Amino acid sequence: MTFPIEAIVFLFLLATALAVTHLRDLFAAAMVFGVFSLLSAGLFTLMDAVDVAFTEAAVGAGISTVLILSTLALTDPREHQQPVRFAPVAVVLLVGAALVYGTLDMPYYGDPTAPIHKHVAPEYIEGAMTDFGIPNIVTNVLASYRGYDTLGETTVVLTATVGVMLLLGGLGGARHRGDAEVVEAAGDEEPTPMDRVQVARVSTTVLAPLIMLFGLYVQFHGDFGPGGGFQAGVIFASALILHGIVFGLSSLKRVVSPRFLEIGLAAGVLIYAGTGVASLFRDGTFLDYAVLDHHSAQHGRHLGILLVEAGVGITVTCAMVLIFFFFAGRRAAKSEEPGDRDRRVA
Amino acid sequence: MTLHLPAIAILLPLLSAPICVAVRHALVTRLLTVAVGWGSLAVSGELLRQALSGAPIHYELGGFAPPLGIEYVIDTTTGYVLVIVSTIAAVVFSFGATTRGAALPAGREHLYYGAMLLCLAGLLGMTITGDAFNVFVFLEISSLSSYALIGLGQDRRAPVAAFSYLIMGTIGGTFFLLGIGFLYQATGTLNMADMAERLASLHRSRTVHVAFGFLTVGLSLKLAVFPLHQWLPNAYARAPAVISAFLSATATKVMYYVLVRMIFTIFGATFVFGKMGMDMALVPLSLGAMFVGSLAAIFQTDLKRLLAYSSVAQIGYMTLGLSFNSVNGLTGGLAHLFNHALMKGGLFLAVACLVYRVGSSRLDDLAGLGKCMPITSAAFVTGGLALIGVPATVGFISKWYLVLAALETGQYLFAGLILLSSLLAVAYVLRVVEVLYFKAPKSPDVREAPVSLLLPTWILIGATVVFGLRTELTAGLARSAAMQLLGAGS
Repeated sequence: MTFPIEAIVFLFLLATALAVTHLRDLFAAAMVFGVFSLLSAGLFTLMDAVDVAFTEAAVGAGISTVLILSTLALTDPREHQQPVRFAPVAVVLLVGAALVYGTLDMPYYGDPTAPIHKHVAPEYIEGAMTDFGIPNIVTNVLASYRGYDTLGETTVVLTATVGVMLLLGGLGGARHRGDAEVVEAAGDEEPTPMDRVQVARVSTTVLAPLIMLFGLYVQFHGDFGPGGGFQAGVIFASALILHGIVFGLSSLKRVVSPRFLEIGLAAGVLIYAGTGVASLFRDGTFLDYAVLDHHSAQHGRHLGILLVEAGVGITVTCAMVLIFFFFAGRRAAKSEEPGDRDRRVA
Repeated sequence: MTLHLPAIAILLPLLSAPICVAVRHALVTRLLTVAVGWGSLAVSGELLRQALSGAPIHYELGGFAPPLGIEYVIDTTTGYVLVIVSTIAAVVFSFGATTRGAALPAGREHLYYGAMLLCLAGLLGMTITGDAFNVFVFLEISSLSSYALIGLGQDRRAPVAAFSYLIMGTIGGTFFLLGIGFLYQATGTLNMADMAERLASLHRSRTVHVAFGFLTVGLSLKLAVFPLHQWLPNAYARAPAVISAFLSATATKVMYYVLVRMIFTIFGATFVFGKMGMDMALVPLSLGAMFVGSLAAIFQTDLKRLLAYSSVAQIGYMTLGLSFNSVNGLTGGLAHLFNHALMKGGLFLAVACLVYRVGSSRLDDLAGLGKCMPITSAAFVTGGLALIGVPATVGFISKWYLVLAALETGQYLFAGLILLSSLLAVAYVLRVVEVLYFKAPKSPDVREAPVSLLLPTWILIGATVVFGLRTELTAGLARSAAMQLLGAGS
């Protein structure tokens, strides 16, 4: 009986959620947010949703914490005291009550006769081995049955990154020196706060390749175990971002240039959609991988899933590192500002 | 390839956007954007023609039959909305100074066009799909890109407006997702038609009731139904004028379409109006929107803001048409989708022309421009007449059907209120006319906007008159769409 464990995790979730709303120190709140995500990941694992748990751990607890902290570095890390407003509280309570009311007619947790287990799910389970030969059903649903949704989600990642690049400054070479050039200007041979922390430098040097290797495993083992392009992309990106944090942006730029990432960002989506277009030319509908191989539909599907997962991985990696570049670059430009002004005065 | 036309409709903008990001050349990406706009219009037009000539088109993505896979379903209503969105995209993308009014340093144009194409892809994707979750995915694409585009406005407060839109939009999107999640739990499917079939026996389920609540509130937030409209005036007033033209003419229209789909295709009119009594909420809110929006528009000092408040009122007309739950009412609502897209798109483009020369959309700065920029000002006046609903403009047709729908059910009060709210429109349009024509010009040496700006503006404004005279095209189309929806839903 696993029920008590889940109840305890839920209680912890509640406690962390309340703590986040209560904390005035946003740095601490970001950390507690990470804990919240990790707890959710634990809960998902208990519910046997390991793929979702993996994503939540990588994205929620990992990369978003880094991005929130990068944002805090640009602003004030403390929340200003604000008067409690009752309208939003009322809305939250109302929404919560509605959600609880909605659960009243829901099937019980784990009920095998629930509609979600009776309709499409059995066909997904049966099709996994006969149509795909891929044991991870989640991968089949995500990349194939609902592959079009996943193309959309990959495009969401592209859209978000384009939005960040538009609003936080461009990558436009030497044409426009100034606000748009924050990234190019960022951290040129600047000492990073980590320069003297030998432990961080050594452990990053050791860890980064291992993280990369793990990323590759997650990317290509997604057909058999939990994982896939989204998780692998985040893991790859975390190795690069770790390098950037410890050795500075200019060092990271020598590893991957922003321009290279920009092309990768687009290329991932193009690989995904291009795989779909390839099936159009082989008399299939868009994203029908079965037609990609002349001899065996199963082989075609393997190829299709491999390609689209690669596309997802590439786009997600580039997106995460680019977003980090823009936030961290902005900070570097900001800390440079007084110096710039001095030079101008001189 | 005609078989794959539905896929191509989405792929055109969806593939061009990453190409824009990769190519990074301002002129090339600009031309690509224009080409995609007109290409989309051609594809959408052909899809509408096919949908009209026979049964709805079904396209199974990934080669899996629904509900296992995702499908596109294109009936008359879908084709009609696709054509509206792509018409506006084609014309607005062709506007001569798309980036004017955007705080866009050199070297970032390609991203700007990429974001516009992503927005188009999201809007078309939401319209064409027959899968409830897929709507959410494309809603995210269109929303995220529009937040970025709005945040680029030259007004210093544009990022704040974009941010508050982001918060409200995300709440709306999350509510929508919660609703879909609850429906999935109750039905075990995400396909709209399949969902509808299974919901028929679940009208008493509390899970379904709550799902309905979350879906309607979430969509109403995105559609800016009064009183959830607060994000809209700031967003449209502070965005670059061209972006306001594009979004005001497309984004709310697609959200209205999704609401219509949800009511008539997923839940069915009997459940929505009979059991949940949605008309009881929608009628007062629509009337509230018509009056509060129009009254607020009268007192604005910024032209873009004035038009934004007018949009709030116009959305009220559309939802009022929906709440009648009759062929005439829905015809009025759907006809107003196209008509309002034409006039608001045209009016915002006219503002973009004014901003191009004057650099501001504050009414004080526009004084006396009727003499310096006669063609632009005439466009504004014509669009304003359509907004009021003067006969021989498209505005008259939608209001005609709305009044008809009110009268046929004996609701004379509503008919009177529709006419009364039009008087408020007269007031705010006249205010602009007064500023443009009867005030002393601030700087008399302002020249007329270039042809590349005037032409797209007049295409939309001209269309408000053309379709106002040839009513069988829009009203006829809206009517057959309405009949299809009501036939399928009851």
